[in-house]
Amino acid sequence: MPKITYIEHGGKTHTIEVANGLSVMEGAVQNNIPGIDADCGGSMACATCHVYVKEEWFNKLPKKEDGEEDMLDMAFEPKKNSRLSCQLMVSDQLDGLVVNLPEKQV
Amino acid sequence: MIKTDALIIGAGPTGLFTAHQLKLIGLSCEIVDNLDKIGGQCIELYPDKPIYDIPAIPECTGEELTNNLINQLKPFDIKFHLNERVEEVKKNNENWKVKTNKGTEFSTPNIIIAGGVGSFEPRKFNPKECEKFENKSIFYSIKDKTVFKGKTVSIFGGGDSALDWAIELSKDSKVNLIHRRDEFRGAQASVNKMNELVKTNKINLFTKYQLKSVSGNENLDSIEIEHDNKEIKNLKTDYVLGFFGLIMQLGPIANWGLNIDKKTISVDTEKFETNQKGIYAVGDICTYPGKLKLILSGFHEGALAARACFKLAKPNEKYRFEFTTSSKSIKNRLGVKE
Repeated sequence: MPKITYIEHGGKTHTIEVANGLSVMEGAVQNNIPGIDADCGGSMACATCHVYVKEEWFNKLPKKEDGEEDMLDMAFEPKKNSRLSCQLMVSDQLDGLVVNLPEKQV
Repeated sequence: MIKTDALIIGAGPTGLFTAHQLKLIGLSCEIVDNLDKIGGQCIELYPDKPIYDIPAIPECTGEELTNNLINQLKPFDIKFHLNERVEEVKKNNENWKVKTNKGTEFSTPNIIIAGGVGSFEPRKFNPKECEKFENKSIFYSIKDKTVFKGKTVSIFGGGDSALDWAIELSKDSKVNLIHRRDEFRGAQASVNKMNELVKTNKINLFTKYQLKSVSGNENLDSIEIEHDNKEIKNLKTDYVLGFFGLIMQLGPIANWGLNIDKKTISVDTEKFETNQKGIYAVGDICTYPGKLKLILSGFHEGALAARACFKLAKPNEKYRFEFTTSSKSIKNRLGVKE
């Protein structure tokens, strides 16, 4: 299974195996990783599963849809490398993905 | 003090149908919601998005679903308390005493929490010092636009609220509009209008900037905004407005002594009662083994919680199950003539 690494704002690192087809958000929620709220449950309606993705990975990810960029307007401290983790579907191509979590989600 | 058989917190689809079920079995109820309109997430988050999994309705939008539920409540006289948030819930003998942020008080044996993911609150600015100026120089909604007359107003956001207020206030104020990217998600007509006003210098537009810091003593004096490339600009401003949409906060519900797990409330699956007798939770906010966050599950949960309310509301009467197709008393309540 692909390994995804979540780095909390304080630096604590969690590397877990997430099954193909789940989202990066679901991987975090199912493994109780703090820092991803996912209030709306993955319907791209809340921007509380916001993560930062390092450049080398950011460019490998599928492009954002319009709706995701609109939601990111509302995220806490959005940056150029911001993504909503509910929109990142885990696959073998994402094996080794590292995401950094913001200081908070709201 | 308002006395009612049941108080529903939340006017989303689950809260509305639960009200229907309560009235159908002859109980009174009132509904409180923090939003200014009926419909909850259906209206606030996805009024135009089609929903495909409401039984017997192949397709409908959040707004259509809400309107249909409101229509279904037409035979009944139900009091809505909108723009009010329940703050306090206290046990008072056999009843619960409930108080809202507007001071409305209820006494009821039954509280049904149909609160979705909590109450909607405006998203706020990140810099901590913004709190100090909130409701003085920094606002997240506008109640009285006359205070901005002749002043400098810096508006943040890229949606319709930010655009509409930038356009409106540019008539009598100096307006800075600041957004984190070049694209705006508001209506195209508003974007065009805003661009015209930028050309005629009625609006100063700063894109790819975000708020970095605010400064001032009693009132706001100036703000710093930071570009994606880290360049910083200082803007003199009297007021700052932030329009970043709404977030959902569990809010005061967390303080009512309920078993809460990851922002949801644990209930049984017979009455959908919480660990507190007479307090129920239905819809997205409740959790139990196998819980599905679907609107249809909320309807089922509300129907069962309503029956559970009967016992506490009318302790000396026995609840009798009846069908709407055949029951005379239900038809009377619905005002159906035979």
